[in-house]
Amino acid sequence: MRYLPLTDADRREMLSVIGASSIDDLFRDVPETARLAGPIAGLPAHASEIAVERQLSALARKNLAAGDAPFFLGCGAYRHHVPASVDHLIQRGEFLTAYTPYQPEIAQGTLQVLFEFQTQVARLFGCDAANASMYDGSTACWEAIGMARRITRRTKAVLSAGLHPHYVSVAQTMARFTGDVLDTAVPELKDGAPGDDMARLLAAIDDKTNCVVVQNPNILGHIADLSELAARCHEKGALLIAVVTEPVSLGAIRSPGEMGADIVVGEGQAIGVGLQFGGPYVGLFATREKYVRQMPGRLCGETVDASGKRGFVLTLSTREQHIRREKATSNICTNSGLCALAFSIHMTLLGEKGLRDLAAVNHAQAVLAAERLSRVPGVSLVNGAFFNEFTLRLSGEARPVVRAMADRGILGGVSLGRLYPDAAALANGLVVAVTETSTAEDVETLAQALEEELA
Amino acid sequence: MSINASGWRPELGGHEQDEVSTFTGNRALMLEEALIFERDNFNGTGVELPSAPKAAFRLSGLERNRPIGLPGLSEPETVRHYTRLSRQNYAIDLGVFPLGSCTMKHNPRLNEKMARLPGFSDIHPLAPVSTVQGALELIDLVGEWLVTLTGMQAVAMSPKAGAHGELCGLLAIRSALEARGDARSVILVPESAHGTNPATAAFCGYAVENIPATAEGRVDLEALKARLGPDVAAVMITNPNTCGLFERDMIAISEAVHAAGGLVYCDGANFNAIVGRVRPGDLGIDAMHINLHKTFSTPHGGGGPGAGPVVFSAALAPYAPLPFVEKQADGFHLVEEETAGEHHAGSFGRMVAFHGQMGMFTRAATYMLSHGADGLRQVAEDAVLNANYVLRRLDDVLDAPFGGSGPCMHEALFSDEGFPDGFSTLDVAKGLIDEGFHPMTMYFPLVVHGSMLVEPTETESKAALDQFIGALRSVAERAKAGDASLKSAPHFAPRRRLDETAAARKPVLVWREPEQAIAAE
Repeated sequence: MRYLPLTDADRREMLSVIGASSIDDLFRDVPETARLAGPIAGLPAHASEIAVERQLSALARKNLAAGDAPFFLGCGAYRHHVPASVDHLIQRGEFLTAYTPYQPEIAQGTLQVLFEFQTQVARLFGCDAANASMYDGSTACWEAIGMARRITRRTKAVLSAGLHPHYVSVAQTMARFTGDVLDTAVPELKDGAPGDDMARLLAAIDDKTNCVVVQNPNILGHIADLSELAARCHEKGALLIAVVTEPVSLGAIRSPGEMGADIVVGEGQAIGVGLQFGGPYVGLFATREKYVRQMPGRLCGETVDASGKRGFVLTLSTREQHIRREKATSNICTNSGLCALAFSIHMTLLGEKGLRDLAAVNHAQAVLAAERLSRVPGVSLVNGAFFNEFTLRLSGEARPVVRAMADRGILGGVSLGRLYPDAAALANGLVVAVTETSTAEDVETLAQALEEELA
Repeated sequence: MSINASGWRPELGGHEQDEVSTFTGNRALMLEEALIFERDNFNGTGVELPSAPKAAFRLSGLERNRPIGLPGLSEPETVRHYTRLSRQNYAIDLGVFPLGSCTMKHNPRLNEKMARLPGFSDIHPLAPVSTVQGALELIDLVGEWLVTLTGMQAVAMSPKAGAHGELCGLLAIRSALEARGDARSVILVPESAHGTNPATAAFCGYAVENIPATAEGRVDLEALKARLGPDVAAVMITNPNTCGLFERDMIAISEAVHAAGGLVYCDGANFNAIVGRVRPGDLGIDAMHINLHKTFSTPHGGGGPGAGPVVFSAALAPYAPLPFVEKQADGFHLVEEETAGEHHAGSFGRMVAFHGQMGMFTRAATYMLSHGADGLRQVAEDAVLNANYVLRRLDDVLDAPFGGSGPCMHEALFSDEGFPDGFSTLDVAKGLIDEGFHPMTMYFPLVVHGSMLVEPTETESKAALDQFIGALRSVAERAKAGDASLKSAPHFAPRRRLDETAAARKPVLVWREPEQAIAAE
C-alpha cells in the first residue's frame, strides 16, 4: 500500500482521538445489509510497482503504435510530432496536480496559461474571444448549437454533410432530448469536387434556422470558402458555426472567423496532445465579443489585486452550474485543463512562423502523396482542394482493404465504410491523412500495398 | 501546536510583509512573468521542421495571408516561461489540498508512466480493431473493476467527466421511461447537491425540485415520500452526501422511488469514501457516475481532463450509450452504430466522438491494480479516518453543524457560526493561504452558512494532518478574535486578493496590443 502513509499506530491513535472503537464504527451509518465484511471478491489483491508495470506493458504491446507503422489515419484525430519539452512541462507537479483555480492568489500559473491559451485560440480561429476549453471537439460542437439556440431562440440547426459523422451522432443524441430539429445529410463521393453540400446549406437556411454547422476542412478533406454561407446566415438571422478538427490547417488556410463565422469550435488534439486512442482531447471554443456571456465553460479574465498588480481569475461564472444551477448555460464543470496547457505550450513553441511552416510541410507532403496514390491502378482522387487529408475512391470496398493492410502492419487510412456503414455509395472511399510524421517511404509502402490489395 | 515537528517557525516581523521594492518586481524565488504576447516574439519559433518538399499547392485561393499574431519562443524561453508560471500554483505535490468534494489525493507517478507507453498513447481511435486489442482489453478491464466494485450490471465508459456522466445517466433514465411510455417531468435534487445535478437535469428537459434536508444534514425521507408521484422521473442523490454524511436511509429512499415508478441516480463524486466497503448496487441505485480523477487518482491537471464512467442497474443497462467494448470468443470488439442495431437497439446513442478518456483509463487501471481489492478498501477507511480526525480535532474551535450526527465520511463540514461581524469563511480561506495550505472548499454545500468543507484524503500522513489542523486552528482563532490582518490576507502569495467583481464587470478575456485596447475605450 505504497500510497497510504498512515501506520497502524497512527490509526489506533487517531481512533482514540475520535472516540471510535474501530474503523467499522466510523461506517456505522451504512445499513447493515450493505456492509461488506472484507475485500470484494473477484478482484486481485494489491500489487508491486514491478508487477503492475509488467501487466500493463503486456497489454500495451498488443497494440500497433502509430510510430511503429506507416500511418495515415485522420478523420478527427491527427498524429503530429510533439516537442519533448511539452510533455516534460505538463508533468510538472504544480500543473499536473493542481485543481481548477478557485483560489486565484495561488493559481496564477494555471490562470495565466488559460489567458494565453484563450488568446492563442481566438487568434488561430479569427475570433474575438475563446473559453478555457471543453471536453473535445464533438461536445464543443453540440454546445455551440445549444448556444445558437439560446441566442436566436430558434430550434432548427442545419448540419453540413461534411461534418464529422461522430459529431453529427452526438448532436442527434442530444437533440432527441432537447427538441432541436437537425437537418443532416451524408456526403457524396464526386471526383474533383466537394459535391452539392454548399448549395444544400444555402437553400436550407430559413427564418427558423438558428445555425448552420460546417466543418473546414471537412470529413473528406475538402476545404471551402465560407464567406457566402456566413452572409446568407446573417441575412436570415442565423449563426454560422464552423468546426475545425485539424487546427494545423489554420497555418495555411484562412480562419473561419475571417470568413464570417460567429462561433468557431474545434478539436485541439492535433497540437500538443497526441492520439491517445480518442481521449483525453481538448475542445476549442471561440466566438464574437457580443456573445461571450452566452458561452459555455470556464473563462479566465484579467483583473488587478488589492495592491494594483495585474492578475487573472475565473470570470463570468454567473453563467455556470455552480452558481446558476438549473439555469446555467451548460452543465460542464471540469474541462480539459492539462490538454489546454499542452496545446498552449506546443503553440508557444511553434509561434506563427512554426505553425505556418508546419502547415506548409503537411500540405506539400499531402499533395505529393495524393499524386502518388492516385497513380495506383484502381485509385482516384476525390478532392480538388485539400489541406493534409484527402479522399481516394478505390475500385472496390475500402474497408476490407484497410483491414488487410492492417494485417500487414500498415495503417493506411480510415475507410468511409467504417464511418458510414449504411451508405453504400461511400463504401469505396478511403480517407488518407498525411502529416510531417509521414515519410516518402511510408507513402511508397502504402501505394504498393494498395496496388497489391486492389489487384 | 507547532507548525512543524521541530517546533521551529520563522520570525515574521509583524503581519505586513516588508515593503522593500525591487527593480524587477520579483521577490527572490517569487518571479513575475510577462505574457508570451508581451515579448515581441511574433517572428520567433522554438521548432525546427523538415523543409517542405516542392509541390503545387492545392488550397484553391484560401491561403491565410493576414498575420495571425501568435508569438513563438525558443525552447529555453518556453521551458523557463512555463516553469516560472508553474511556481505560482499550489498543488498536491506541495502540500495538503483539502478541497472538499474535489478529492485532491496523491497522483502516483506510475500512472503517468503507464499512460505514456506508446501502445496506449500513440494509437488512433479509428485504427482497425485488430491492431488495438490491448487497448480494448484495458477499457474492458477498467469497466469490469468498476462494475465489480459498485455491484452494478453494466458500465458506460465514454463520458468525459463527472457532469458528462450525469448527463449519460439521465439520458438513460429518460430513454428507459420513454421506452415504457411513461414520460415524466420532474427530477428531485437535494439542496446540498452539486450544481451540476440541477444543471444536467434541466438540460435533459426536466423541471428540478429541491428535496429538503433534515436537521441532521440528510435527505428528509418523509418529505421525499410525500413528493413522489407519477410525475417524478428520478431522484438524484449524492451518497455520501456533500455534508460528508452517509445517507442512512438510502435503501428506503430507493425503495420508495422505485415503488412510485421512478429511478435513482447517484452522484458518485464521493465514491472514494466507500470504495471497497459498500457497493452502491446494494443500495438500490440505478445509475451512478464515477469521477476517475477523484476515486481512482487520475490527475486534476488544473481543471481536467476528468473521466466519468457510469455504472447501470439491469433496468438501465439496455439504454447505455455507444460505443462500448464487448469481449467475444475471437477477441475484443467495439460495438458502434453499425453493430448496435442487432443486440443493443435501446441505446440512446453516442454522446462523444470516439471511446472516452483512454489516457485516464490507463491511469485508473494502474491505480486499481496497484491497490487491489484490499488496498481500495483501505483507501476508503483511511480517507474516512483522516476526515473524522480533522473533525474532532477542530470542532472545539470551529462549529461543526452536523458533528453530532455521528461520524462523517470522507470530509468534515464546518460553518462560520461564532465569527464576529465582518469576518467570514473567505477570510479564513485566505489566511490559510498565508500558512502555506490550499484552503478547503468554501460556501459549499449551500445548506450551511459559510460552509468550510475539508477533505483530507487518505494520502495524507498524520504528521501532515497535524500541521494542517494547527494552521486552521490558528487562523480560526484569529478570525474569532477579530484579527484585522486576516481581512487583507493573503499577504505572502504571488498575488493579494484579486478583484473578481471588476473582472466580471468589464471582461478582458484575451490579450490585445495596447494601442488596440486604448482604441476600444
